[in-house]
Amino acid sequence: MTKLNVWITKHQNKITAAIAILIALSLLSNYVFKIGTAATIFMIVASILGAIPVALHAFSALQNKVISIELLVTIAVIGAFIIGEYEESAVVTFLFLFGNYLEQKTLEKTRSSVESLTKMAPTTAELVDEDGKTETVDVDDLDEGDHVLVKPGGQIPVDGKIIDGTGYMNEASITGESTPVKKGIGDKVFAGSLTDNGTITVETTSVGEDTTFGKIIELVEEAQDSQSPAARFIDKFATYYTPAVLIIGILVWAITQDFPLAITVLVLGCPGALVIGAPVSNVAGIGNGAKNGILMKGGNAVNSFSHVDTLVLDKTGTLTTGQMSVTDVDNFGDKKENLALLAAVEKTSDHPLGQAIVKYATDQSITETPELPELDTVKGQGLVGQKDDFKILVGNERLMKANDVKISAEQKQAINKRMNDGDSVVLMAVGQELKLVVGVNDQLRSDAREGLQALKDAGLKRIVMLTGDNKVAAQRVADRLPIDEVHAELLPEDKVTFVKKFQEQGSTVAFVGDGINDSPSLATADIGIGMGTGTDVAIETADIILVKSSFDALAHAYVLAKKTVANTKENIFIAVGTVALLLLGLIVGVIHMGSGMFVHEISILVVIFNAMRLIKNKPAKLDSNQVLKAAN
Amino acid sequence: MAKAILQLGELTCPSCMTKIQKAVENQAGVSNVKVLFNAGKVRADFDESKTSADKLAQVITDLGYEVLKVKVKELA
Repeated sequence: MTKLNVWITKHQNKITAAIAILIALSLLSNYVFKIGTAATIFMIVASILGAIPVALHAFSALQNKVISIELLVTIAVIGAFIIGEYEESAVVTFLFLFGNYLEQKTLEKTRSSVESLTKMAPTTAELVDEDGKTETVDVDDLDEGDHVLVKPGGQIPVDGKIIDGTGYMNEASITGESTPVKKGIGDKVFAGSLTDNGTITVETTSVGEDTTFGKIIELVEEAQDSQSPAARFIDKFATYYTPAVLIIGILVWAITQDFPLAITVLVLGCPGALVIGAPVSNVAGIGNGAKNGILMKGGNAVNSFSHVDTLVLDKTGTLTTGQMSVTDVDNFGDKKENLALLAAVEKTSDHPLGQAIVKYATDQSITETPELPELDTVKGQGLVGQKDDFKILVGNERLMKANDVKISAEQKQAINKRMNDGDSVVLMAVGQELKLVVGVNDQLRSDAREGLQALKDAGLKRIVMLTGDNKVAAQRVADRLPIDEVHAELLPEDKVTFVKKFQEQGSTVAFVGDGINDSPSLATADIGIGMGTGTDVAIETADIILVKSSFDALAHAYVLAKKTVANTKENIFIAVGTVALLLLGLIVGVIHMGSGMFVHEISILVVIFNAMRLIKNKPAKLDSNQVLKAAN
Repeated sequence: MAKAILQLGELTCPSCMTKIQKAVENQAGVSNVKVLFNAGKVRADFDESKTSADKLAQVITDLGYEVLKVKVKELA
């Protein structure tokens, strides 16, 4: 029984093909060769052959107290057989099995995006033993602490730490960032990323489903099955609907004594498109997201996100990259010489401002910096050094004042301008003369404006920025973006209060944060969106995770959520409409068992094809000129 | 307690899901059963003293579904 069951499941498509041939032979005998007996025999064989797999499925479901669609079909087919309608019974089983086949093929397409993700998961690793010998093993056999070797171009099989070698890693599968990152001893590497060059040895910290990549896959897999409220309702409905159809069929028979009519009811009542319509939209929508670096945690997340009207953003690390960079430089004297000197001073510092300046100098192709003697740090003011006979001062205005540096009106104006822009200002004086005024600020994400504008175009009503930063800096960022409200100088708990306030006003709120210090707000909002690299915290707290920290992705996610919800509704409409039409057809008398099954299978394919439109939906690329016009 | 992860052949009918779910749940010592329709996976926690992952695989095979791979993870 078991073996037969498995064999039939495996070869169901071949059985379907055999039935098709039998039906064709039967039609040929009947209409071409005019041998009625042969035609009937072919149909009988086709019916029996087709009924076996369907009946077996129905039986095993029944053993587990589930009344399945297969049971309805089995009863209908046996019924048709009893009353001698061999043609009907053969056609119904054939269409049912063929429909299954087509469903399987088309579902493969809707699942393909996630499957391509799963296929990227590493399967084998080069395990290094104590003697330094390597051996290829299955990743499942690896344990924490094992050392694995990764060769150039190879895939990193585990999450771990580099203990030997350096190389450039392509971590696109984890961070969405395809520019290779240089990593050396002590650096963390992620399973699923690739080495562009360099051989490294990695000490394993986690394996398989425990790795960041494994968690991403698990999340997407579960998301595709976690249903939207609509889908859940239909699922519940279907569990009662199928037995109800069976009872109605029996009642029709009891009342009308019309056996053919009763079995036709069973076939027409099959809830095919209804059961598959809503989930298939979700699978396609979530799959599209996953392919574009957007992880949506299930139908619920998609549904809530589509209803969002207020978007609340954190500034640092979300709207901005969280990395400092030089915004403007006012120079008094030889610019190259001044910058080289400043870079030399800042090289000794690990302060983010200093690092931004060193990077700026390098970008300005200043590579040679003068030798400097030791520098003294003046707390809260800056650095003091000596070059030849001159005193070098690098720091804020207080440092300059404390050392009686002359600041002209023109220079004062330059400083004020930087401060009004919300920049942190770094000053350099050599021998009591001010040489440089440098503004440093957190960098705005390059696609922030385009992305936010696209969100508004897609129907978002309000964009609010919350930040712990000072008011000037906050306003400066907000002025450059289509932001409606700014609230600055907030503590993390204040942000939660704002989110709650918006919710009380009746808004559906999405909160976008980097997932670490914003966890309370992420959890409080109707939808928490984690922006930033795939950290565990973000994966756990957020409802939607943007693997690529980009606003393009955010806008695409919003549009995708709306389209997915609309698609689900269309599918439910198609499914319910089909059943209504079939019933009408039955009453009018134009629908019979075979044609009813045919319409059913068509409706199933229609809902799947409708959902497949979501897979191809590409993120909209905005023309930046268009955005500029829209913003002005 | 341990967690079994069973990779099945492709699942095509949503009703198979309910069937597998119920059949696995009905086994002694099994809890937290998740059938992932689209991924074709079954995840379930089970008590090793009462049942085994292979036994769960057998239950699913008996229903007529192919089990491609069985993975067991110890739960702390």
